[in-house]
Amino acid sequence: MSSQVLRAPPVSYPDYRVAHATNASQASGHGAGGPAPKRIVVGYGFWIFLLSDVILFSALFASYAVLFKNTAGGPTARQLFDLRNVAIETGCLLASTFACGMASLAVARRSLKWTQIALLITGFLGLAFVLLEAREFAGLVAHGAGPTRSAFLSSFFTLVGCHGAHVTSGLIWLATMMAQFRAKGFREDIRLRFLCFTLFWHALDIIWVAIFSLVYLVGTLPPQMLP
Amino acid sequence: MWGKLSLQAIPLHEPIALIAGGTVFAALGAILIWVALKGYIPYLWREWITSVDHKRIGIMYVLLALVMLLRGFSDALMMRAQQAVAFQAPGFLPPEHYDQIFTAHGTIMIFFVAMPLVIGLMNFVVPLQLGVRDVAFPTLNSVGFWLTAAGALLVNLSLVVGEFARTGWLAFPPLSEITYSPGVGVDYYLWSLQISGIGTLMTGINMVTTILKVRAPGMSYMRMPIFCWTSLASSLLIVAAFPVLTATLGMLLLDRYAGFHFFTNLAGGNAMMFMNLIWAWGHPEVYILALPAFGVFSEVVPTFSGKALFGRRSVVMATMGICILSFTVWLHHFFTMGAGGDVNGFFGIASMIIAVPTGVKVFNWLFTMYGGRVRYDTPMLWSIAFMVTFVIGGMTGVLLASPAADFLLHNSLFLVAHFHNVIIGAVLFGGFAGYAYWFPKAFGFRLDETLGKAAFWCWLIGFYVAFGPLYVLGFEGMTRRMQHYDRPEWHPWLLLAGAGALIILCGIALQIAQLAVSIRNRAQLRDATGDPWDGRSLEWATLSPPPAFNFAVLPLVAGPDPHWDFKERAREPNHPSREEPVYEPIEMPRNSATGFVTAFLAVVTGFSLIWHIWWAVILGLSGAYATFVVFAWRDLADTVIPAGEVARLDHASRATRVAALTAEVLR
Repeated sequence: MSSQVLRAPPVSYPDYRVAHATNASQASGHGAGGPAPKRIVVGYGFWIFLLSDVILFSALFASYAVLFKNTAGGPTARQLFDLRNVAIETGCLLASTFACGMASLAVARRSLKWTQIALLITGFLGLAFVLLEAREFAGLVAHGAGPTRSAFLSSFFTLVGCHGAHVTSGLIWLATMMAQFRAKGFREDIRLRFLCFTLFWHALDIIWVAIFSLVYLVGTLPPQMLP
Repeated sequence: MWGKLSLQAIPLHEPIALIAGGTVFAALGAILIWVALKGYIPYLWREWITSVDHKRIGIMYVLLALVMLLRGFSDALMMRAQQAVAFQAPGFLPPEHYDQIFTAHGTIMIFFVAMPLVIGLMNFVVPLQLGVRDVAFPTLNSVGFWLTAAGALLVNLSLVVGEFARTGWLAFPPLSEITYSPGVGVDYYLWSLQISGIGTLMTGINMVTTILKVRAPGMSYMRMPIFCWTSLASSLLIVAAFPVLTATLGMLLLDRYAGFHFFTNLAGGNAMMFMNLIWAWGHPEVYILALPAFGVFSEVVPTFSGKALFGRRSVVMATMGICILSFTVWLHHFFTMGAGGDVNGFFGIASMIIAVPTGVKVFNWLFTMYGGRVRYDTPMLWSIAFMVTFVIGGMTGVLLASPAADFLLHNSLFLVAHFHNVIIGAVLFGGFAGYAYWFPKAFGFRLDETLGKAAFWCWLIGFYVAFGPLYVLGFEGMTRRMQHYDRPEWHPWLLLAGAGALIILCGIALQIAQLAVSIRNRAQLRDATGDPWDGRSLEWATLSPPPAFNFAVLPLVAGPDPHWDFKERAREPNHPSREEPVYEPIEMPRNSATGFVTAFLAVVTGFSLIWHIWWAVILGLSGAYATFVVFAWRDLADTVIPAGEVARLDHASRATRVAALTAEVLR
């Protein structure tokens, strides 16, 4: 195959910037049209980060599965888990994701008021989730079922607590994001950051669905139904 | 106020550690004072510390690796010296100090030598080979580097404040649990790896995004240079494996700090779960290191053979095959756990299968050389030495992959010889090949060949003299990590291995001399054309050193060896490439102190966590948050280089290139 390097005709790539084309570029990044636009590069990079985060959780899920029966004579999952509390937590988190979706729509319509309102609702529901989880944890510790009681409880507190820590840092991010919208408006870099935030917030939901099903629902099954 | 930290933490009772650490920090201080007196600090701050240029960051990574190589090698020398004299004698290193040394040696060599070496080469080379101006996230790149440097600093701090772990380089529990390792050594180990691990993960994400989404026009997947392919595979492994390391070390931290029971002997903890988790990261890690080295050889061998790489597509397939298979073999690190014949059989066979794609590559390199016009410059010498050494290491690996043999050789010096054989043979030789190969691109002048070849021979001979005896000792039943012994038949082999280490020391001394001599003679060694080796890929299509924006106009790629094809065509007298291109203003990212400040705060946070100084932990973390907010609040992210400036920088380069091509055509 004959090959060549030619100078790129400047008319074809007028918007080429450092490592990114601007959003006017249609390049997919697959090679034909040169570097992808910044919007695609940022979103793609954040997806890769989310994948790495999912793998972090998968290690915690695996250790929970290994240590599930190592209760060391202490309380079991079935004795401890309160599905009513977990149902309310789940409701809060899913509703908060819905509010976050509303915020995306408000950003698309460039409405600062509705963006801030939707983000505030997102934040309050997220905070409610974190507080409910904190209350659950405090209750367990008070009943002598803290993380130091058994390997099972260590892995439970770490897995669920790691998700809670993610939600908490998401809340800090959200507050910062609201301040940024207020100070900077709907600038391109701010919108890209908000895109990453929404991806993060939705990914935490996916993790929670797995925790809800594999930890709480499976944990409260009668013993004869467990593998 | 100061947690567990007191004046007792300074190891006055361990004079060797204190003197070593004192020397390191005195040297560091002396360099800082010299830099300050010479008035270089503003230059360093502007051009290096706050730089987000992938080339500068790559160079700093490699520099970090080479400096830490000196530290890691000093540990190796002390171990060899101890085992040479500790026959029916206590030697000069007490057990608790000897244990710290072998732990530090392994930790430093893997995390702070091999990793920065390959990541540095990836950072420097990949955007140039892809024909673009920087990585996808330049500031994130800087943060990643500085976090790695922060981890390295914490490891070195343990020399003078407190102690390092005595557990071996992977800190296996229950020994690494608070019950059996109550000191701060394991905490130093854990926090420095957590901090540098975050930096590595950032680099992995950045590289994957860069390679998949940011390439010159026309560079389809099969036209990507093989080094970019192996960097992609390695970065994918980083993204998939490093979170497991973070989680595993996090669990051990919870055990140690908060009384959890993941890996303890009590309350249902499971120490073997640590083995599974850590090696689920650890085996991919082997390929995170080896694949970029394979990439270096895949660039060096075609260049110095004057031929395109043989079976390019099969190299790509083999690379991605290794990438996937590397996750299916972790259990071979602990066949002796007793998982049963079926499990051991599966992992034994998987471990043997992974040798197949690697073998494919060796044939690719050999057939590339076959019929080529081979030039034996230093990078090529390292590559040939790699092929021989790595095949030997690979075969001992296949031997160890048989569970029955592994039961006898597990944790013996045979194993130690095997993994040094593959890691030195592939990663270090590959790193040195890449160092010699891309040095002229980075600095604009070549390295001295005579000293380079002398260093190469010392390394090669020293390696075989140092590690050959360890295979024999393994067969004679000597286990690893022995502080003293009383078997007379081991003694001569250990003396021989010590002599090998001294030959390697000569190699390192020659490498330092090579660098100094080359800097002194840089005028004679100048690379005017930007293409000193008659290269094939796009990094040779720009100046040496490249301008900040790499390419004045973006190259348009139409084949797998774009620069080679360009040179072929440019020999025609009126080829359009001799016309003056139209220059456009270029936007480049602005410098940012975010990485450096984050790393400073990471050191504060890590150090305070190690010594339980909780208020400083809160201070460090809030500082890190504030740093990110400041970064997020900036209004100007880019700076524009005007078209006139781009043209001025490019004119000089074009003039020398056209002159070189004309001279070649006339000849």
